Amino acid sequence: MASGKRPLSPHLQVYRPQITSLLSIVHRLTGVALVGGALIFTYWISSATYGPEVFKLAQSILGSWVGRLVLLGMTFSLYYHLANGIRHMAWDVGWGYELPRLKITGWLVVLFAGGMTVLTFVAAYAVAGVR
Amino acid sequence: MEYRSSLGQVRGLGVSKEGGIGHWWMQRLTAVALVPLTLWFVFSAVSMTGTDLIQFKAWVGAYGNPVLLVLFTIAAYHHGQIGMTEVIEDYVHNKTANVIAIVLVKLGAFFCATYTIFCIARLTFGG
Repeated sequence: MASGKRPLSPHLQVYRPQITSLLSIVHRLTGVALVGGALIFTYWISSATYGPEVFKLAQSILGSWVGRLVLLGMTFSLYYHLANGIRHMAWDVGWGYELPRLKITGWLVVLFAGGMTVLTFVAAYAVAGVR
Repeated sequence: MEYRSSLGQVRGLGVSKEGGIGHWWMQRLTAVALVPLTLWFVFSAVSMTGTDLIQFKAWVGAYGNPVLLVLFTIAAYHHGQIGMTEVIEDYVHNKTANVIAIVLVKLGAFFCATYTIFCIARLTFGG
């Protein structure tokens, strides 16, 4: 089989970065980051099965400034991947391939992810303040 | 003269030989499931900011939550596993490293999902 020398996608270096290609690679990057998020989720849930001390430690790690920074990244990644995933499914049914639409929906995704991340963190700080 | 049909020449090449259509479909299916599940999860996780174990266990075991947590775990790890496989297929060009990486990702996802579900069950039913 002559499969050894076939060109492989995607090429990150050979094209001039554009909003469309940039959003596309960010979708992948956030996707890979969210695998880390899934592992944090498993760590969080499992820590609770080892008693109050271990759970308390997990909560304090996630609540430390490094933890908060990581969770901020995870939150943004999640909203971005979710919104851009819906954009992908719109393409799957054949909607939104025109360049103006690609650009508008792309910016909407970024706006949604940024806005929702801020809202989520405001809510989390409000909950922490009450507790 | 070429005796093989165009279809015959391309069959079994590329992602189709590894069930690419199935991956594509499951990726979309889990994505659809994850839209409401992740929104619910983020909302819940925010409400769990700074809780102790008693409140946390009460939340995990609350009506409907264990089922949603298990669904979220399965959908998230399955979706993540498909995505990671896709990334490895694109970027890891060495055949041996490619196969090893994909096997590790799939087994790792299977293990993590199973372990998480076990933990959810334990927090729900006690013990």
